[in-house]
Amino acid sequence: MENINAKYVSQKISKTRWRLVSHASLQQPDVFATGSWDNEVNKISFWSIGNHGSSDMDDGFEGDPQLLCEHKHDGDVLDLQFLDQDRIVTTSSTGAVTIFRLHQNSQTISVAQRWPRAHGFPCENAPCTGVVCSSPEIVTVGEDGKIIVFRADQEGVIRVIENADSSTIHAVTYLRTTEILTVNSIGQLKLWDFRQQSNAPSQILSLSGDRVPLHCVDRHPNQQHIVATGGQDGMLCVWDVRQGSTPFSLMEAHSAEMWEVRFHPTNPDHLFTCSEDGSLLHWETSTSSDMPSFLQGGRNNSMISRSAMAPAGGNQSLINAWLSGDSSKGRLETTHMLPSQTLSVNSLDVLGQCLVCGTDGEAIFVNRQVPV
Amino acid sequence: MEEVDVEPTVTNIPAASDGKHLGFAWGPGDILVYETLYKGSDAKGSGCSFIHEVRKDEDIYSPILRKLFNESHHIFVGLQTIREDLPSKNKKNQFVSISKNYRSVIRACMEELQQVAVSTKEAAVATQYGNQVSILLAIELIWNLCEVLFIDAAPAGSLLLHLLDWVRLHKADVDEKAREVLQSESPAEHRDYWDVVVSYVLQGRLEEARSMYKLIDTLLSRMPFYNPGGNQTLTEFDVKWRHWHDEVNRCLQDNSFASNRHLEIICKILAGDEDTLLEHKELLSTWYHFLVTRLLFSHPTVKPTELHYYAQSCLTMFLDSRSVPEPLDNILLAAFEFDIHQVIKDCSIALNNWWFVAHLTDLLDHCKLLQSHNLHFGSNLREFLLLEYASGLFTHHSLWQLAVDYFDHCPEFGHVYLELQIERVPLDTERKALKVLRICDQRQMSEQVRSICKIMAMRALRNNRLGSALSWSIRAKDAAFATLISERFLQDYCTRGTFSDLDLIDNLGPAMLLSDRLTFLGKYREFHKLYGEKRFGEAAKLLLSLMTAKIAPRSFWMTLLTDALPLLEQKEVIFSADQTHELMFCLEELTSCLNASALGSPKTSQDEDIELTKVELLRLSLARNLAMAIIKEGTVEA
Repeated sequence: MENINAKYVSQKISKTRWRLVSHASLQQPDVFATGSWDNEVNKISFWSIGNHGSSDMDDGFEGDPQLLCEHKHDGDVLDLQFLDQDRIVTTSSTGAVTIFRLHQNSQTISVAQRWPRAHGFPCENAPCTGVVCSSPEIVTVGEDGKIIVFRADQEGVIRVIENADSSTIHAVTYLRTTEILTVNSIGQLKLWDFRQQSNAPSQILSLSGDRVPLHCVDRHPNQQHIVATGGQDGMLCVWDVRQGSTPFSLMEAHSAEMWEVRFHPTNPDHLFTCSEDGSLLHWETSTSSDMPSFLQGGRNNSMISRSAMAPAGGNQSLINAWLSGDSSKGRLETTHMLPSQTLSVNSLDVLGQCLVCGTDGEAIFVNRQVPV
Repeated sequence: MEEVDVEPTVTNIPAASDGKHLGFAWGPGDILVYETLYKGSDAKGSGCSFIHEVRKDEDIYSPILRKLFNESHHIFVGLQTIREDLPSKNKKNQFVSISKNYRSVIRACMEELQQVAVSTKEAAVATQYGNQVSILLAIELIWNLCEVLFIDAAPAGSLLLHLLDWVRLHKADVDEKAREVLQSESPAEHRDYWDVVVSYVLQGRLEEARSMYKLIDTLLSRMPFYNPGGNQTLTEFDVKWRHWHDEVNRCLQDNSFASNRHLEIICKILAGDEDTLLEHKELLSTWYHFLVTRLLFSHPTVKPTELHYYAQSCLTMFLDSRSVPEPLDNILLAAFEFDIHQVIKDCSIALNNWWFVAHLTDLLDHCKLLQSHNLHFGSNLREFLLLEYASGLFTHHSLWQLAVDYFDHCPEFGHVYLELQIERVPLDTERKALKVLRICDQRQMSEQVRSICKIMAMRALRNNRLGSALSWSIRAKDAAFATLISERFLQDYCTRGTFSDLDLIDNLGPAMLLSDRLTFLGKYREFHKLYGEKRFGEAAKLLLSLMTAKIAPRSFWMTLLTDALPLLEQKEVIFSADQTHELMFCLEELTSCLNASALGSPKTSQDEDIELTKVELLRLSLARNLAMAIIKEGTVEA
């Protein structure tokens, strides 16, 4: 916690995302984008933390994020994602989907493309709640229950799945290049296969108990069948979409809505969640031949359950550590990453050793030495 | 009504026409003003249809000042959770450190405002920011003094040292000038040289002054300073100081510094000569600097209770006979008199934002320095100020979330204020509604939860998002609304013949139990599924139970009986004799009801024909089924 810097930015942050770095270089990320919400004039902004490969970062003030440029945004920024190095896609509470381009030389932002009423109801606006992209394809979902597919350089809409859901779809993620996964406010995960022409999901998964709305979803970077979701009651669920229609493990993570869950992209034994209750948790599990982890199918009430044994080195189990094993000893460690008593943490992103998150207390926290 | 403390300021509304009478309405943080139709004697022109919003507090809309509100909110919440059972010495240190936190936040804001004010090209912005900087300077000055006098509550001896620090902090230009002088080629010839030396002496920074000038070294080096941590008592220090003071006076009388006018001046200052001090008004620049310097060189063992006497006289001496004390001077004077309530009152009048008085009063209240001063409407001063501040925050489109924590820590009225305000937050997106609901949930405000969920559910229903509407009614545990939604589904089914939103109905889960109608919907859908899977026996049982257990609404019974027709007409007997009897009973009940109601309501003859045909068909099928069932059950298996 000593390495975390807070910067107050006079706007409530709804989303933060690191700019992509090429996998070849071992550089740490240096630029991130934020979107604001609930302001009279909302903005998207780009910030730099000046991390140009220098290894000794013991001076905390050096790492203060500096504003590179910003641009007005119509409506709350509900989701934001980098399309490539220079372009980001944002979705708005007015139902619009916009692509912004960052001009590196002049440090300005311009609107590259816009679909003003992508999502909408007949008589009023429908907020567009989530976006995921794999250039040049962009998929968005919204409160009108539609799934829309765009292409970055084409004017119109490629495909619309009307009435994909009778309730609000909160988040979307890619499962495979042609399959996406959505979560909605009656607690269901739905798989959609774009190769099929029908407008019905290919699979529906849900919890057997209460229909708690799910707010966020993320897929394991290496193993495409493992998905983590977070919901209104703050429970973290890990699902295996190949097997069965119920989650593999449920963990009590937070005491209020979980807004974002992210696997670490290169080190997927680490998972990060942030919530309305103002905390950001770092989950760490370890693979070992003992088939570690938490109780099967049940609820793990303890937040920190670390086995006393040191992990045996050597052979890695094929069963992923996030799914349950038979061992009753938990090997899951959780740490709080923020000083206590912040307002809701709305968003987080992690890349390499850097973590950035934004809160309703109008502050951005950057941690450049996340232990992964 | 009490009398007014100051004359109210007049604000002109430029867009309103001359001579028109204006009407107004109070809002939580602003006033709405409109033109009325009443014509005064010289009113001209037609009416204007605008409504003007007059806002007193513009600060919450300033982007840089917003950081002040957010950071101080963090400190405020931390302060409220300080444990009561700590020993008082530890608590005092904590309070002092919290006070310093607040002040550092103010300073950070000030620096940023200053940077922008200097670098901007627009004159209007520069003046506005410049004003904000000077207000923040004054606020920090007052807060610092309150910290020294009230929170830190230094006793005699250390009191003066703290006051010296206070003055030094707020007169930073001496160091700049000193730097300039030292960097010049020959410092001793620089025109500001003696000003710097004298300023150092006036601030009691004798080490620096010594380094600037060697001759007066001995006198300066031997001035005793009180050491609070040491084992020297106040009286010992007093004796030492008097020795030194006598030595200084002797030097003056001996004319040892007659050759150098500057040194003589410095010596006179060391002796505490008021006239010499007053000659250096520009170097002192403020009366409180004059006060502290005077005390340093004439009464270093001043007690807190004696301060106000010196303060008043210094103020009078420093100001010219023509100039009038400014509001800031009166506030500082009240602080020196240890009249906390006067300080708070004057600050409330002088500033346009409740931020400063609310936070300072809260901190002082935690230090138990405010007497319980009950105001007319029952709450105490701290709560009143916090409520005013938080209500102002609530009108802001974004800062309303901070206000919630402030209301939480107002024990008497906070909850009521929050209940009234939280329902008025505009809800554009589901995400915002969820955040507001979480706030209400955490504080057991179930009325507000129900009302917000109902608003969201109605909106969803209007846009035909039945799943969303259902999830909102589940959140509010609103059985009535769930019934409404189920009615919609059933209506859709009746008109279209198929169900919409099957993904929702098929996966209701335990939510089905929320309302009877919803249960019926789920079970009816299950019946359809069973029929589709050709599990006729189970389907029949389910259908019957829907009617006999009275889960189905009476209006739907006809549809259910019609659904039973294909089952009755199967070759195989599905309904047993008993079941058929029950069906017939239901049919009779239904027809008798219909006959009774048919007398009242007019129906077209076509409708009546259809009804009669249906009933006849049903009766026929039931009779046939009964016959077959009796035969089947009566047959002895061979």
